[in-house]
Amino acid sequence: MSARERILARIRAANAGAPEAPEPSRDYLTAHAPAGDPAALVDLLHENLADYRARVHRTGPAGLPGLVARLLAERGARSVAVPPGLPAHWLAETGAERHPDDRPAGPLDARELDAVDAVVTGCALAVAETGTLVLDGGAGQGRRALTLVPDLHLCVVRVPEQLVASVPLALPRLAPGRPLTWISGPSATSDIELDRVEGVHGPRTLEVVLLGA
Amino acid sequence: MSGTFLGMPAFPEAAGAAVADPVLRANLRHATHTIRAKRERAVAELADWEELRQAGKEIKDRTLRRLDVYLLRLEEAVVAAGGTVHWAEDAEEANRIVTGLVEATGEREVVKVKSMATQETGLNEALAAAGIAAYETDLAELIVQLGDDRPSHILVPAIHRNRGEVRDIFRERMGDFGRPAPEGLTDEPAELAEAARLHLREKFLRARVGISGANFMVAETGTLVVVESEGNGRMCLTLPETLISVVGVEKVVPTWRDLEVFLQTLPRSSTAERMNPYTSMWTGTADGDGPRAFHLVLLDNGRTAALADATGRQALRCIRCSACLNVCPVYERAGGHAYGSVYPGPIGAILTPQLRGTVSELDASLPYASSLCGACYEVCPVAIDIPEVLVALRERVVAEGGSPHRSGHRLERAAMAAATWVFDHPAALAAGERLASATRRLHPSRPLGAGAWTEGRSLPELPERSFRDWWRRRTRDGEEGS
Ligand code: SF4
Repeated sequence: MSARERILARIRAANAGAPEAPEPSRDYLTAHAPAGDPAALVDLLHENLADYRARVHRTGPAGLPGLVARLLAERGARSVAVPPGLPAHWLAETGAERHPDDRPAGPLDARELDAVDAVVTGCALAVAETGTLVLDGGAGQGRRALTLVPDLHLCVVRVPEQLVASVPLALPRLAPGRPLTWISGPSATSDIELDRVEGVHGPRTLEVVLLGA
Repeated sequence: MSGTFLGMPAFPEAAGAAVADPVLRANLRHATHTIRAKRERAVAELADWEELRQAGKEIKDRTLRRLDVYLLRLEEAVVAAGGTVHWAEDAEEANRIVTGLVEATGEREVVKVKSMATQETGLNEALAAAGIAAYETDLAELIVQLGDDRPSHILVPAIHRNRGEVRDIFRERMGDFGRPAPEGLTDEPAELAEAARLHLREKFLRARVGISGANFMVAETGTLVVVESEGNGRMCLTLPETLISVVGVEKVVPTWRDLEVFLQTLPRSSTAERMNPYTSMWTGTADGDGPRAFHLVLLDNGRTAALADATGRQALRCIRCSACLNVCPVYERAGGHAYGSVYPGPIGAILTPQLRGTVSELDASLPYASSLCGACYEVCPVAIDIPEVLVALRERVVAEGGSPHRSGHRLERAAMAAATWVFDHPAALAAGERLASATRRLHPSRPLGAGAWTEGRSLPELPERSFRDWWRRRTRDGEEGS
């Protein structure tokens, strides 16, 4: 018998005669935020992102290129990694040097990414109650390393379309087969005296732009 | 590299050392009290916390009842997504599998994201014996590894160290393992975090093999989930070419939807956050994104033995949030090392003896390292009735202590010494009794070790709340019997 068969046999023996466990009750709420008020949901996302030290900005389509340029400049970002499918006009006004991940020479390697100052992406969706951005590697987001190695991540969320209230409302909109990264604020640790400090291995600065109509 | 738990003294001796160390006591008190208050606020934000807790309990119970079915489903889904699944009956087998996988890549070093399962198996030591360097990348794990120390908390393994001690360890040891600590490093947590960032960055960028655990595995989709804060997890899961995840069999959940419960309860109960900074989810391998090879090692190592126990199996619901440690008056005074395992505190007191058996003095003493106050049960996000299991385990220790020709007396003495330790520390006891809930129910329906699912002998009557009464009765009975 293999280890697999022995483990499975022990599980079956352990459960033999055990009382059946019922389908789980799901009496919890689908969302905690009141439904039907998209503006309030945007405010809640804004508040929760800011609470975990993301910097949050709001703009419309016309203001976006200028805002992106200003935020990169303020942080001294002279180079920016560009995921495939990022709308070109988002970077139209920045003078930062562009490093497209889909360049002919192949994707940026880890060391090249480490030398890049910033990355600009979109997202798959955002969760208002928890102040979370979810990236799924789709167009304008790129592979996971892109938003991990550079020290500044600027993420654009289209509101209210990409916004959901809660975790239970987020999961059905995500494809489990894709690599998913849930981001709630810049990297942090509570490992020294159980007190939260921002800025360890992931991007130490998270700029979030809420892009309205 | 890091210290071992082998040959640890029984609970009371190690606990005595902790109580005699004022720095350690102050560190623990400061850290656990900080997180306790924050956790209460984070939990209070959710009006449906009790319903989430109930759902979490029921999802886990249902999973355990059909664990074979869900593990097979998981295996199928992981393989379909390009992963390879291995099964390990015990620590040695898991370590052998992982060592073989690393050797097959030709690499001599690996980066690791904090994983209780690989701490439990002693993987780092096994890799070191094979000439492979394993670098821990979680800040607290790094502190433990550089300090040649042992973990003392599930979430924050270096909770017994304060910022000044961390600074000293970084200054003295970082240089031995790679980039030294920056000149003039102070004890500011932000500076310490920066030092860890610089020290580990080089290792991440060159890493070819990553090793992780997982918080959840979804049977339906084959998705693994790692919940973390620092981004070291993302580094280990994303940058290497080969990823090896070692995960206890009980970490499986049936459906994608089930994550909606645990992604709400775990961060709030653990770090007191609405959501932890980073959660990674991956399913097998993905083209052009992350590792090209993915290996999942499913670990038993005593879990199926715990599963066979009608009362004790609930310990397998644990999602390792560490809330029970942070509220435990005994943990706060005894420190994590006294529990002699990678699982300290209340959950360790019920999990370790079940995974390892109650044959050593240390493991026999663990079920007595509690005042049965019930605070751990109150905070547990999957409603594990820790006092119930403790009482049942005590009976197992007593039952095994029958014959003087066996090891029984030795075990019972160790157990009584642990009980005496708790009894002799009024602060641990009094704090516990204050926290006691009027709704506590301490009578297990079946004792551990009396055969699963059969009506065992009934237990001796136990007090509802007062540890003092219970202890007095035990010692009196013990005297009468001897
Ligand atoms: S036993 Fe409960 S409270 Fe303790 S670590 Fe496990 S899940 Fe958390």
